[in-house]
Amino acid sequence: MKIVILGAGQVGGSVAESLVSEANDITVVDIEPQRLRALQERLDLRTVVGSGAHPSVLAEAGIEDADLLVAVTQSDETNLVACRIAARMFNVPRRIARVRATDYLANERVLGEDGFDVDLSICPEQVLTDYIVKLVEFPEALQVLDFAGGKVSLVAVRAFAGGPLVGNPLKELRRHIPRVDARIVAIFRGDGSIVPDGDTVIAAGDEVFCLAAAEHIREVMRELRRMDRPVRRVMIAGGGNIGLRLALALEERYSVRVIEHNKRRCELIAARLGEALVLHGDTTDEELLESENIGEMDLFVAVTNDDENNIMSSLLAKRMGARRVVSLINRRSYVDLLQSGQIDIAISPAQATIGTLLAHVRRGDVVAVHSLRRGAAEALEAVVHGDRESCKLTDRRVDEIDLPPGTTIGAVVRGGQVIMAHHDTVIRAEDHVIVFVTDKKNLPRVERMFQVGVRFM
Amino acid sequence: MRFVAVVNLLSRVLVLFAASMTLPWGVSILLDDGAGQAFGWSLAATFGAALLLWLATFRERRELQVRDGFLLVALVWTVLPAFATLPLLLSIEDLSFTDAYFESVSGLTASGATVLEGLDELPPSLNIWRGLMIWLGGMGVIVLAVAILPLLGVGGSQLFKAETPTPMKDTKLTPRIAETAKGLWLVYAGFTLACIFAYWVAGMDELDAVMHGFTTMGLGGFSTHDASFAHWDSPAIEAVAIAFMLVAAINFATHFLAWRRLSLGPYRRDPEAKAMLLVVALSVLLVAGYLYLNGVYDDFGTALRYAAFNVVSLATTTGYASTDYGQWPIFAPLMMLFLSSFASCSGSTGSGMKMIRAQILFKQLFRELLRTIHPRIYNPVKLSEIPLSNATVFAVLAYVFMYSTCVVALTLLLTASGLDVVSAFSAAVASLNNTGPGLGEVGPATTYANLTDTQTWICSFAMLLGRLELFTLLVVLTPAFWRK
Repeated sequence: MKIVILGAGQVGGSVAESLVSEANDITVVDIEPQRLRALQERLDLRTVVGSGAHPSVLAEAGIEDADLLVAVTQSDETNLVACRIAARMFNVPRRIARVRATDYLANERVLGEDGFDVDLSICPEQVLTDYIVKLVEFPEALQVLDFAGGKVSLVAVRAFAGGPLVGNPLKELRRHIPRVDARIVAIFRGDGSIVPDGDTVIAAGDEVFCLAAAEHIREVMRELRRMDRPVRRVMIAGGGNIGLRLALALEERYSVRVIEHNKRRCELIAARLGEALVLHGDTTDEELLESENIGEMDLFVAVTNDDENNIMSSLLAKRMGARRVVSLINRRSYVDLLQSGQIDIAISPAQATIGTLLAHVRRGDVVAVHSLRRGAAEALEAVVHGDRESCKLTDRRVDEIDLPPGTTIGAVVRGGQVIMAHHDTVIRAEDHVIVFVTDKKNLPRVERMFQVGVRFM
Repeated sequence: MRFVAVVNLLSRVLVLFAASMTLPWGVSILLDDGAGQAFGWSLAATFGAALLLWLATFRERRELQVRDGFLLVALVWTVLPAFATLPLLLSIEDLSFTDAYFESVSGLTASGATVLEGLDELPPSLNIWRGLMIWLGGMGVIVLAVAILPLLGVGGSQLFKAETPTPMKDTKLTPRIAETAKGLWLVYAGFTLACIFAYWVAGMDELDAVMHGFTTMGLGGFSTHDASFAHWDSPAIEAVAIAFMLVAAINFATHFLAWRRLSLGPYRRDPEAKAMLLVVALSVLLVAGYLYLNGVYDDFGTALRYAAFNVVSLATTTGYASTDYGQWPIFAPLMMLFLSSFASCSGSTGSGMKMIRAQILFKQLFRELLRTIHPRIYNPVKLSEIPLSNATVFAVLAYVFMYSTCVVALTLLLTASGLDVVSAFSAAVASLNNTGPGLGEVGPATTYANLTDTQTWICSFAMLLGRLELFTLLVVLTPAFWRK
């Protein structure tokens, strides 16, 4: 697939990185030669210097025969104009734009065909906000992901001694919670992964990925660890784009405090927020944290745009008694260093947002993709087409399907109804199938499974 | 440093190289020229060595870092010639390893300096092998490996840069490095076929046409005849040679773009190609006029014919001769040697310090001049409307300084080893520029066989140095490179 990416910043860079290994021809455009050089030195792709909204630059980047345009520069306007030009001048079949301003998103016609012709708009800040809101709602989870429009949830939990299922084989799950149909799709222990079957025993410290209907998540998590009391008080360090969105989303249900060091910004967000308290000060200011009762906080979320600041303030908050700390960390090596150490959850913004894009790049009719464990694993939802002859999945029992190693079929959604996949579940055409892939290497084979053989079309 | 991983890649390139020996082997069997066994054994030995290296190292597969790239390129360019000597050693009696290695280096670096005499009596397959070495080395063995073997993914672009360094043009022609390499080789192969056909039409026999097609496009200058192009004494053949030498001296990226877009636009927009053609044309006229006025040739037409062929041959660092230009008044051959040090374009199969560096240097010179007149002027060095960063200019300055240092050092070394000044200087320049013949004892009428072993090794080193544009080889020789 030929892909043109506009913007070599954090989003553009990580999109390029996760796509370049998948037999795609990638060209990255940016106005900053420095950033492009850094990318080109690391990855096998082409770079073009210039503004992504200029037709000549796009032409130089080979937009004429591109299959996909991913416009993720800092500027909404550049992204929108680029999509329009790509659609009208160069007939690029699919266009994705990063759009932050809610004004543009409010009216369908802005992004529609008579507007800027954007197929899909993504807003990384919103995706991250949703991610963190889920963590506030389910404080025991490491990550909560939605499939089938929110009907099915995939939840990552660290197993602790004391959870009823820990130390027992998986088939006990059925006996423990007979009403609930849930499926454990993968277990990560240390650096390796285990493909679970009925006899697999969960050990304390395992990272368990579990699929269940959205309303059953809590019951499943209870099997794996002692439940905490629900979150009531949240402190947000950093009142930037994400901090503000987060505060807006949470302030009605929780007691929220936002710390922001820029006075002007404080004024601005205080005007936007109702219930939440806006505090002017440094996020690493011990006295400020102390006077705001950091020890009573159920959750401390560091979302400034500075990695080091986020890490230091999280560590500080943790030591001063915050029950759970979540930190936004861009640099991958930092994430690996800190995840599940003193910081409870380290969120990599790039990994969190890339899934939406990946869904559009995958072959086959893919609805949703979630990148997990820093890009090493992936969960995807795809629609099955064709019949037994033309597709490797249709009208087959799950245990008849020849799956690549490390791949599990988790659940099937058929006409709005969620069916947990068991060995005798039969997959039909038009089912939404949720697949968990523990090794990214096997993705192309999984994609091929969903493709309908050409000769039968 | 991941030495083991680098050796593993080396073994793969070696397999590719062994495979290339099947062409001369086939020719030898077809013509039954007596060298068949030599090629059979060489192929087996090269393949065997590659297999052993591979078995010893295949567990270590890692992505290459910049450093490893330099090491691999340096290793490939020193180890491959050693294996290339096998067919020569096995089929030519009394050939020392020193001389055989020189001949192989000269071939792979597309220099065209030879130590062999009696080329006309050599088995044809051996001449094909000499031509093939030039052809492979001309565009670059690593570039070929990147194109064919799917092994140099990420590290590939580093290798690419290490083997074919240019001061600018970092932008790739296609998104994937392997595609770029493939494109370049296809264009190269296409031109080579055209060249072979043209030679054949102009009157060469098939074997000569193939061998000279290889050496013309690789800008190497090996010939199947001791007399080089004087053997045919045919204006038609010389015209074909001139045309294709000039084609090969233009950046292949430009050829690639022109071919892809099916337009001549890329040539028009390539400032380097324009400058090269202009400089060569003026030099031909200058030399022709000089020869005519000095009475070397009686009429201007003849002077122009010989000047055109030999000036183009040397300026593009090929090294063919259609007459013994060593007999010309010294200005002419010196001028031609001087041209060889900068006339060919970056990304072509020619060597030397490349036209683009000369252009940048020249513009920098004017910039300094202007600055003395207008102290507050802001005038960046521009190349086809694009301003260059000072870092680029500095890199070019450093390169040119390094280049001059190398010329001086090599000349001194060769003089110290007992060579006369003219021969030493011309051998140093001709080797460093991968031109081939020099003047005096290493002139177009003689060969490098007269040199002592020490001098031969110095010249071999100089050719490798020139082909890898100094830094790639020199950086591997610095202690800092090996420090952990």
